[in-house]
Formats: sequence, C-alpha cells, structure tokens
Amino acid sequence: MKILVAVKRVIDYNVQVRVKDDNSGVVTENVKMSTNPPDDNAIEEAVKIKESGKAKEIVAITVGDEKAQETVRKALAVGADRGIHVKVEGVIEPLAVSKILQKIVDKEKPDLVFMGKQAIDDDCNQTGQMLAALLNWPQATFASKIEVKDKTLEVTREVDEGLETIEVNVPAIVTCDLRLNEPRYASLPNIMKAKKKPIEQINASDLGIDTKPRIEQIKVEEPPKRKAGIKVANVEELVQKLKNEAKVI
Amino acid sequence: MSREVMEYDVIIVGGGPSGLSTAVKLKQLNPDINVCLLEKASEIGAHILSGNVFETRALDELFPNWKELKAPVETKVTKEKFLFLGKEKSLSWPTWLLPKVQQNHKNYIISLANLCRWLGEQAENLGVEIFPGFPASEILYNEDGSVKGVATQDMGLDKDGSKKDSFEPGIELHAKVTVFAEGCRGHLGKELINKFELSNGKDPQQYGIGFKEIWEVRENNHDEGLVMHTAGWPLDKNTYGGSFVYHAKNKQIYLGYVIGLDYQNPHLSPFDEFQRFKTHPAIKKTLEGGKRISYGARALIEGGIQSLPKMYMPGALLVGCDAGTLNMPKIKGSHTAMKSGMIAAETIIEHIKENKKLSIYEEKFNNSWVYKELHEARNVKPSFSWGLILGILFTGIDQILFRGKLPFTLRHKHADHETLKMADKMPKIDYPKPDNIITFDKTSSVYLTGTNHTDNQPVHLKLKDPELPIKYTLEKFDEPAQRYCPAGVYEVQHENNLPKFVINSQNCIHCKTCDIKEPSQNITWVTPEGGGGPKYGNM
Repeated sequence: MKILVAVKRVIDYNVQVRVKDDNSGVVTENVKMSTNPPDDNAIEEAVKIKESGKAKEIVAITVGDEKAQETVRKALAVGADRGIHVKVEGVIEPLAVSKILQKIVDKEKPDLVFMGKQAIDDDCNQTGQMLAALLNWPQATFASKIEVKDKTLEVTREVDEGLETIEVNVPAIVTCDLRLNEPRYASLPNIMKAKKKPIEQINASDLGIDTKPRIEQIKVEEPPKRKAGIKVANVEELVQKLKNEAKVI
Repeated sequence: MSREVMEYDVIIVGGGPSGLSTAVKLKQLNPDINVCLLEKASEIGAHILSGNVFETRALDELFPNWKELKAPVETKVTKEKFLFLGKEKSLSWPTWLLPKVQQNHKNYIISLANLCRWLGEQAENLGVEIFPGFPASEILYNEDGSVKGVATQDMGLDKDGSKKDSFEPGIELHAKVTVFAEGCRGHLGKELINKFELSNGKDPQQYGIGFKEIWEVRENNHDEGLVMHTAGWPLDKNTYGGSFVYHAKNKQIYLGYVIGLDYQNPHLSPFDEFQRFKTHPAIKKTLEGGKRISYGARALIEGGIQSLPKMYMPGALLVGCDAGTLNMPKIKGSHTAMKSGMIAAETIIEHIKENKKLSIYEEKFNNSWVYKELHEARNVKPSFSWGLILGILFTGIDQILFRGKLPFTLRHKHADHETLKMADKMPKIDYPKPDNIITFDKTSSVYLTGTNHTDNQPVHLKLKDPELPIKYTLEKFDEPAQRYCPAGVYEVQHENNLPKFVINSQNCIHCKTCDIKEPSQNITWVTPEGGGGPKYGNM
C-alpha cells in the first residue's frame, strides 16, 4: 500500500497572530512557522501503518512557496520516504489545493491520502472533502482511530454526538483529528538523513491548474474585545439578565 | 543505556551572535571543518532578545560585504537623547557631554533576533549543520577530565521522568572542541565555570534583567532613527538601571528597561518598575494611540572585565555572554560577543591544524579590541554601587576626562544573590494597577511571548530544597521570586490558610533571573524539552 500525506506550513500555534496595519491580512514576516498540527498526526499515522507492515511507501506533499518545503523535510525526518513540493506563490484556496492533489494522485496512484482535518490558519476544513469529490473516492473525516483491513479501513470519527465508526473502501481520503495519535519527535540523526531524501519540485502552473483565488477578501480584523464579566447575586437575576440584556433565552 | 553518537570537529552550543559568528568564522577559515550548532529554541532567533543599537565593527570584519548580502542592519541612528527623569519632569542632557562610549551616531537600530536569523542562513550556506529545537542538556567528559562534547535532551518524558509513547532518547555529540555560546548564565557554562574554577581570582559576576516591548505607534509620534536613554525615575537612587527607547522602522518603537540584579529591596518588582516607567509623561506621550505588539525579558551580564572568567579549558571554550563579554557603559554586547566567537574560531583552527593549546584564546582575546574596550569600561558599573549621583560624577571623570585610563580598578564586592535585605527592614512598594493601554499585567504580557512548554514534562526549574521557599525565603524576603520573575512562573498560593510555593514552569521565558537572584541559590534552571520557551519575532 502507498500513502500520500498532505502537509501545510502555517503560523505556529503558539504565536499570537497579529492583523496587519492596513487590514489586508495577518503579519507573517519573522513569525515562527510550523507544520499544521493535525497534519503531524496524519504523518504519524502513516508512519505507524508502515511500521506495522501494512504500507510500503509514504510520500509527503505540500503546496506552497519556497519555504513550505520545510514541512516536507520534517515529514521526511519522522518517516516519510520521499517528498513532493508543488510551488505556488501567494494565496491558495482549498479548491486549488484539491485540484493539485488530484493531479498528483493521478500520477502517484496512492491507495490512501491522509491530511489534517483542517488547517489552523484559515480553518477551512475543505481540502479533504473536495479532493474526495474530485476523485470520486470515499472519505473518512475527523479520524481519531484508523484500522487497516484487507481493502477497507475501519475509521472512528469524532462527530458532534460522540464517536462514529465507519468502514470505507480503499482507495480513500482520511482527514485526521488531533486525538488520532501522539506525533513523535524527529531525532537528530533522522533530521540529518532527511536532508538526503529526495523532494520532487513541481510548478503548479505546469500542472495546468488555475490557482487564482475564487474568494475576494475584503478585510481582516481582530475580533472585538470581550467585555468584562459581571457578578449576579442569584439565579433569578441571572435568568432575568440572560432574558432582557443578553437576549439569549 | 548507550546513546547514539555523532562525531564532529566542532560543536557549538547556542545560536546567538557569538555561536553563529564562531560557526561562520570556522567555515570561512576552513571550509572542510565539520561544525554542528545546537539551539534550544524552535528556530534560530526565537530566544533572542536585545535592545538593540548595533555597532557594526565585528560584522564588518566577519562579512565586509554585509550590505550586499542584505543583512537586516538598516536603520541608521540619526538622533540621540539622554533624559534624567524625575517623577513628573525630565531633564535633557546634551549628547556632546555624554561619554564617547554612549554616542551612537555611527550605529544602527536593529532586531538582534533577525540578525541572528540572517547569520544562521549565512552559516548554513557555508555548510554549518544547525539543529534548532535540540538543547544541549549535559556535558560529556573524557577520562582525563577534558570536555568531550555534549548530549542532547531526551524528548518525550512525562512529569515524573518516565518515558511516553513519543520518547526519543538524546544523542551524544563528540568533538575536538566544544564551544559554549549559551548567552548570559548558560546552564552548562555555569557548570564549567564551577568545575574548572574559571572564576578564581575574579570578582563575582554581575547581572541585570532587561525587559523589552515593541510598540507600533502613531506616525506623528515616530521618529525613525531616534535613540533615547533615560536614568532616574521610577528607580530610587540606590538601584542601578535605566531605559532605552529606539525608533526603528515600520513605525515601531523598541522600548525597554534594564535593572541591575544587585538591587536590595526584596519588595522591588522589576516588571512593575518597567510598566510604571511607561507612565512618565515624557514616555507616555510617544506611546499614546499606539499598540504593544511584543514583550519579553532576558538576564544580561554587567560584570565586565573584572568578572570575566577564564574562557578556555581542556576541550572547550566559552564565548560571548556565556563568559560575559558585554560592555555595560556602552549598553552593547552583540559586537563583543561576535568578536569573541571569531577569536574562538581562529583559536580552534590553529589548535586543530597546528596542535596549539586552547590557552592561546586568552592571548588573542587580550590583544583584541574587545579587551581594550572592556578594560576602558571597567570602572563604570562598580561606581554606581555608590548611588546614581556619585556614579554619574565618577563616570564623567573616568570616561570623559580619562577615557577609561585611570590607574586603578574598582571591584564588584557581592554576587547578586547576596544583596537582598530582609523584607521587614525594607519599604514595601505600591505599584499602580495596569490600565491595559500603556501598562499591563504579567499574564497578558507573557501571552505575547508565545512561550509554551509541552504539557506533562519534567519541571525544568529545580529546587535544591523544596521546603526552602516557604520555610525560609517567604519569611525573610517575602519570596522575591514572585516579583523578580518577569513571566509569573513563581507564585505563593494559599491553601487552607497554608502558603504553598507553585512553579508554573510552562510560562518560563528562559531569562535565567531566578537562577541568578534566588538569595540561597536554591533554584537551578535546566533545559526543558527542545523547542520550548518563547517564540520571539523581531526582538
């Protein structure tokens, strides 16, 4: 079995994100960037499946600018075998990423495509689903447990009501939840070895895909500041305030 | 348990200005030499915090073409001011009456973190292997006692030190020479200074704590290239310290405060002094309508040449402020740190190639401009132990009339952890509440540092005696850790009317102040899991 894992470079989750002065976006200059956290879970799961003997090859792919390659390098350091970097400059939306991934899937013919359930920068939660539609493959989203069976996967999904277990036929798309596993650390010798693993460079324009944004972003603003809380004396007052002031009940 | 071993010619611990300059210089002198640099931060620059008005002397020597190479050294100092602050008023001191070391017209306002990122790229281009996220946690010794190398931290241990699923053992790095470049109060450097008795015959090291905030201010309050320093209010005349206000590019102001850690009043809170300083009319008017975008703090060296330990030992060298090369009256340490690293690199090349002893480092250092500079600066900081007024008078005579050539050297008498007086003998200080516009509390400040340490890992702030904070330090000194820590790591909480000492180690921003100032030296800072700590941007 061959697993393709998509990873995205995003602003590190510890960084306090700041809106640009002109409201055109957020500041990314000199800001610590990392792999999107659930993408780390996706890589980890692929590596675990390979370690159990059920997969032969793991290919890590990213779509983004020159530096996005760092995320593929990190995936290689924790166990991916080779990498693909599809170069695009500027803003790229989930639909364009899905179309790029579709082309790569056509070429690489993986049995499974893993990725994080959503990216922590735009929180779109669309790429996996769109890719499934484009390929007409089954999808298992928000996976918190994956069991590889003969030609099928049993996937436990994190849904609003609790957990849902489904079976999907392979090939399939799986988007991974943070609860799926605990990603390992890259060891220093493995980081060294990862520097020698191959990363194929492809220009998005050579794939014949129009990556122009379909959405016009008007402005980016900080959420309004939360007002200070108040203390109420008793339940009656609370109910009254919820009804008349907050107007939520 | 045997760990994996990797061999290098040179290992450098720490990716600040001194370590990176060592690495670059080594590769420039011998492209074939194998150099590995370890950095505890998640990326180069993320733990770097500095004013910074930068003197390019060392950079000119290391990369004569740094402008072509697009070093982030762009904002030339255009104007200088020095203010003495009273509570409401301020007195401007003419710059021509400032000692030469405090004149900055040839210097640049930079972000040292960004300069380090750039130096890191240059080093990698030259073939240095840089590993961010890998703290060196342990020194390895040969049988003859010489330094053999370092081991990296085990990753994936839980609170009790047991292995988690993600456990990844540290590895051993062996080298012909190991260079320690951890910055002020490096925890391995501290071990080496003790083990090899490198401070014998030297004065106790002196430290300060430096705060920095970056503000984005209104256009009409911004004057790119302006460098301003202040002394006086809000500190009393017996506490050494002052502020810096640097107008950088993009409408940003680098604003900071440095307080000598030899302060005596355990009720003093360096963080709150800094916050209060911003409410002075001369400062507040610049910040009004602006927005604070970054916060951080770091201990710095103030001891100078009297406190500088021997910088070589069998198998290893200390560079930069892991030894203590900062020039206090100049308020600059980046150029001296860089130069000390470059001298270390020359030493190592001769050591490996011609089998010369590492002790030639000292001769080379003493013949360099760094030594001359530090020697001329040596009497300024100790003179302030007589108070602000006498300190200024003496410094005027020493630096302006004699240019640092007076035929005697003033000594530092006490280590900083010895200077606190009993809490009941010293006045309590009533700090104003933060207004959340100009002044802030510690919690919202620490939030801006982006600091984080993976949950469920061993506490990296070790107490020699866990009972001491409550049994002794609380009673005698009102547990000053609550106040000197700039990140709110230490708290005394009350449970059933009993005081309890709490360490919120995940808040730590790696400033090392606790390791320095704790009156009984009861707190030891060790490296947490790699990648932990602040995520500074352009600090």
